[in-house]
Amino acid sequence: MKVLVPVKRVIDYNVKVRVKADGSGVDLANVKMSMNPFDEIAVEEAIRLKEAGKADEIVVVSIGVKQAQETLRTALAMGADRAILVVAADDVHTDIEPLAVAKILAKVVEEEQPGLVLAGKQAIDNDMNATGQMLSALLGWSQGTFASELSVEGDHALVTREVDGGLQTIKVKMPAIITVDLRLNEPRYASLPNIMKAKKKPLDEKTAADYGVDVTPRLEIVKTAEPPARAAGIIVGSVDELVAKLKEAGAV
Amino acid sequence: MAVLLLAEVTGGELSVDATAKAVSAAKALGDVTVLAAGASAAAAGEAAAKIDGVSKVLVAEDASLGHRLAEATAALIVSLADGYEHIAAPATTDAKNVMPRVAALLDAMVISDVSGVVDGSTFERPIYAGNAVQTVKSKDAKKVITFRTSTFDAAGQGGSAPVETISVGANPGLSEWVEDKVAASDRPELTSAGIVVSGGRGVGSEADFKLIEGLADKLGAAVGASRAAVDSGYAPNDWQVGQTGKVVAPQLYVAVGISGAIQHLAGMKDSKIIVAINKDEEAPIFQVADFGLVADLFQAVPELTEKLG
Repeated sequence: MKVLVPVKRVIDYNVKVRVKADGSGVDLANVKMSMNPFDEIAVEEAIRLKEAGKADEIVVVSIGVKQAQETLRTALAMGADRAILVVAADDVHTDIEPLAVAKILAKVVEEEQPGLVLAGKQAIDNDMNATGQMLSALLGWSQGTFASELSVEGDHALVTREVDGGLQTIKVKMPAIITVDLRLNEPRYASLPNIMKAKKKPLDEKTAADYGVDVTPRLEIVKTAEPPARAAGIIVGSVDELVAKLKEAGAV
Repeated sequence: MAVLLLAEVTGGELSVDATAKAVSAAKALGDVTVLAAGASAAAAGEAAAKIDGVSKVLVAEDASLGHRLAEATAALIVSLADGYEHIAAPATTDAKNVMPRVAALLDAMVISDVSGVVDGSTFERPIYAGNAVQTVKSKDAKKVITFRTSTFDAAGQGGSAPVETISVGANPGLSEWVEDKVAASDRPELTSAGIVVSGGRGVGSEADFKLIEGLADKLGAAVGASRAAVDSGYAPNDWQVGQTGKVVAPQLYVAVGISGAIQHLAGMKDSKIIVAINKDEEAPIFQVADFGLVADLFQAVPELTEKLG
């Protein structure tokens, strides 16, 4: 079985986000970028499926700016076999919407014919939580979102999902789209020898136009602002003072 | 202009709080028709009809809708989409599973976690874990939206909307439900509780999390946890408050032994009053707290539990 894993280049999760003064977006120039943490978990899960003999090839794909090839190299260094870069934007500040990404991925799926697509449940930049579900809709495949456990068993997979009340287990028909949550696994670090080897692994470069997909955004960004700041609070000296303040504020 | 709103139905029961908050957000967009879907949904439909501002309720009952499986639920919504300019739902995990699928089937871009409605096509939503708020204007003919419930007040009761039962198409048969593992609890539900007491890595162990639970029970509060506490195995994942967990905005939020990572703040900073108890006075949680107490939680929490109430 071939596994396809889409990965996104996003601002590193440790970097403090700065909103640009002109309200046009978040400043991404000269900022550390990394693989979306949920996508790392998806790559790790694909590698584990291969190690368990359930997958034979892992193809990673990234859609965005040219620099996303660094993200693909990271996935190759972790253990993916081959990469596809779909260049769809020139400016690092351009975010390709999940609908357009899903349309391109659907074309990649047509070409590659994977038995499983493993994706992160959301990207930590736009927090949209949509690409996996949209790809599943476009392909007419089954979907298992927010997975914290996955077992692939021939023509179906069992997926344990993180839902509001606790956990839900569903059985999905293969081929399927699975989006992964944080607790599925802990991604490995790429070793130096593997980073060197990854430089020689195949990386195909395409464009959105090659797939005939229009990536014009459906959502026009009117403005991007800082969230309202909270007024400064006070430090109380004791539990008694805290109780008094809470009573005064009518909170208890 | 009309809105089709997917009600939050779990096990045949309406989640009134989540649904009523989404109704209050959706009212600004037009007449609200609520869809109650499930293996049994009639009672949920009746309950939805009583929410103020609902103009009509559709009840769809079928085994395939029983556990809100995305494929069947999305197909149902798409079959009803004609005549509605907005298709909306509260931003629960169920709706986040279903609504992007609906949007793609309608060739529209979903607008997730909307925290403000500017006009019929312009919406505000948090991005980067709440570190920025983006205003977007949709160019799609149909807008598919989930509403972040913590930022809207629940619509009141007192409505009496007509209820209509509708037929359901064939089950696409792509997935089936196996089991639910739902933690049984007498405590209020985390996202709708008036008070939330959360513990972080500083609590130190699963056994010591009892301190947090004791304070919560004294206050009649829900229990939350930071991602660090969940990752360390001190608390179950469905207690997680933050960007990747639940977003809460109670009247009172008590953060105990939580440093205040950006990802946690994203889930609770809209709370009315925030109390932080931490022994590290440099902890970032104090920057958002209304009342901060620099103290050892193992002394402060039992004392607070005793002195309250």
